[in-house]
Amino acid sequence: MAELLKKEREFVMPGDELVKSMDFLPGRNTFREGDSIYSKRLGVVNLNGRVVSVIPLNIVYMPKVNDMVLGKIEEVQPNGWVVDINSANTAWLPLSGVREFIDTKSDLTRYYDIGDMIYGKIAQVSQGSVHISMQDPRARKLKAGRIVKLNPAKIPRLIGKAGSMVNVIKKYTDCRINIGQNGLIWIDDGNQELFLRALKLIEDETFTEGLTDKVTELLGGKS
Amino acid sequence: MMIQNSYILNLLKEGKRLDNRKIDEYRKIKIEKNPITQAEGSARIKIGNTEVLVGVKMDVGEPFPDKPEDGVLITNAEFSPLASPNFETGPPREGSIELARVVDRGIRESGAIDTKKLCIKKKEKVWMVFVDVQILNHAGNLIDAAGLGAIVALLNAKMPEYDEKEEKVNYEKKTQPLPVKSNPVPVTQSKVDSTFLIDTNLEEEDVAEGRITITTKDDGNICSIQKSGSSAFTLDEITKAIDNSINKGKELRKLL
Amino acid sequence: MKRQDGRNANEIRPIVIKAGVIEQAQGSAMVSLGNTRAIAAVYGPRALFPKHLQRPDKAYLNTVYNMVPFSTKERNRPGPSRRSNEISKVTRHALEPAIFLEEFPKSEIFLCIDIIEANAGTRTAGINAAAVALADAGIPMRDFVTSIAVGKVNGEYIVDMTGKEEEVTHCDLPVAFMPRTKKITLLQMDGDLPQKDVKELIQFAMKSAEEIYKKQKEALRKRWTS
Repeated sequence: MAELLKKEREFVMPGDELVKSMDFLPGRNTFREGDSIYSKRLGVVNLNGRVVSVIPLNIVYMPKVNDMVLGKIEEVQPNGWVVDINSANTAWLPLSGVREFIDTKSDLTRYYDIGDMIYGKIAQVSQGSVHISMQDPRARKLKAGRIVKLNPAKIPRLIGKAGSMVNVIKKYTDCRINIGQNGLIWIDDGNQELFLRALKLIEDETFTEGLTDKVTELLGGKS
Repeated sequence: MMIQNSYILNLLKEGKRLDNRKIDEYRKIKIEKNPITQAEGSARIKIGNTEVLVGVKMDVGEPFPDKPEDGVLITNAEFSPLASPNFETGPPREGSIELARVVDRGIRESGAIDTKKLCIKKKEKVWMVFVDVQILNHAGNLIDAAGLGAIVALLNAKMPEYDEKEEKVNYEKKTQPLPVKSNPVPVTQSKVDSTFLIDTNLEEEDVAEGRITITTKDDGNICSIQKSGSSAFTLDEITKAIDNSINKGKELRKLL
Repeated sequence: MKRQDGRNANEIRPIVIKAGVIEQAQGSAMVSLGNTRAIAAVYGPRALFPKHLQRPDKAYLNTVYNMVPFSTKERNRPGPSRRSNEISKVTRHALEPAIFLEEFPKSEIFLCIDIIEANAGTRTAGINAAAVALADAGIPMRDFVTSIAVGKVNGEYIVDMTGKEEEVTHCDLPVAFMPRTKKITLLQMDGDLPQKDVKELIQFAMKSAEEIYKKQKEALRKRWTS
């Protein structure tokens, strides 16, 4: 079997050849041309069995169904709201996406007004058309607290496998945290300074091995 | 973003800012002199992440009829869409026009440029000085960055030569410094709740109700004032703002 | 035969490329070709309004090329001109083939190129900067796009002309291409040349520009791996 031209975790750029062989399959952020598989984006190489993919270092958030995201209400329309989710398209929150029963004649700004921040779930994605819903028990309108930004490419690392990273952070900072897959994070209470330092470490060393241990140490815990 | 605005206001009640600066503290300021070879004079100013390029170009033209022996100063500002997701292409809007006029006022009213020395032939030919501000990255407090850039660019400018016989400007020879005899420095303070913040970043500008820019001269005199935004200031607030501007202006002037 | 600035015919002016220079932008880059300097910034993909501009199946690469008033020997009036309008268009066409636009239907990728110093070759500097800015922004691409202009002075083909050389050249031929597949995405010409010359000039341009491609990648690597 042919070998990869790039090592795992190696930095690659658009157009970089990753492997020249039909034995491998092109995964996320790669494409096949002829016999070769190339990278589409700047990122690091990842190999999972026969699937070669690239983990991107910088992205604009692209919504997936069931993602929890933070959104800002941009427009109030008669049958729903237009929500800015920091992505290539705005999202639509229909009346049916709200937990309460809303009479179509009522004043919708009573529920969500322009400028309000919501924590909601992506319900539908198709050809640039995105629907968001507030039905999930975790969904709510955000009040108080503050918003912090992190490149969406690094959000998976902030969460960790099965929440391993974010749980460590919650434990040692005592902050209430809502992470949006779209790169926006809501925090309140607890030691926010400490949270921000942990966030900076994750931002700077996203792909370092043993990052969870490093973060635990920073937060004053034993890894 | 209402949440973020409330957060900033609450921090301010304790006298704190998002990035841990003091109420009257500027972010890190970097000044680069003459980075642009084609310009007669230029400056690249960074205040925190805000970055501004100012270029001085000169040409020969007719004086204004009411000032037949004076050179002409024209100041322009471009809010390039390069610099912010909120800047759009198109003709200058009120934001960039106001900035250009405020920077211009500071230079003009302080007499920074000795315009009489720019006269070539009374009523017919004078030097025209164009000060162009190009915003490269908008992270708040554009006016102070632009004003600082303008005076640095002027101080480091070298005039081209004018060939009187050919009636042409020779840009290949730039020798004489521009006659600059004053260093106007603008200091902008933004009103957030009842606090006056110096050097607001983007998020602070979102919460600010209004602002006042005061440009001072070397001798401590004020040569230009601009109150902007739809809030109302008390006389006491304005007096305090003036004191701050004179003091901060002195600090900034040291960087020139 | 040495040129006025001491260069050989196939020598490009000193190249400096830096990625990630505009903090507000999703991606950005600065490119210097001698005394010509371009800054490119990419925003997006982002929502595109008004709605009628949205394409159902792909993103729109909205491109603006602009010269800063103090970038030229004689000041140029701020605002768009017919020339900058045309360059915006050909620049957009030079970059579109490299981008997987289909991944972002109904959206816009906004690209702004500001020329802050102009000494010939501005559109090529702009395209080189734009390609790095797009990659820096994480935009999915098939390849980079590299660009250089060639001309003919004193009977000899030369690459990357200065302003003075542009005044006397028999032709001005800017080229942009995707280095991996050698596919040409921008090709323009002013001049009067036999076809054999034109074919050779294009190949000459592509060969000379290899150095630029290397520096484009180096700039990105430097930004993201240190």
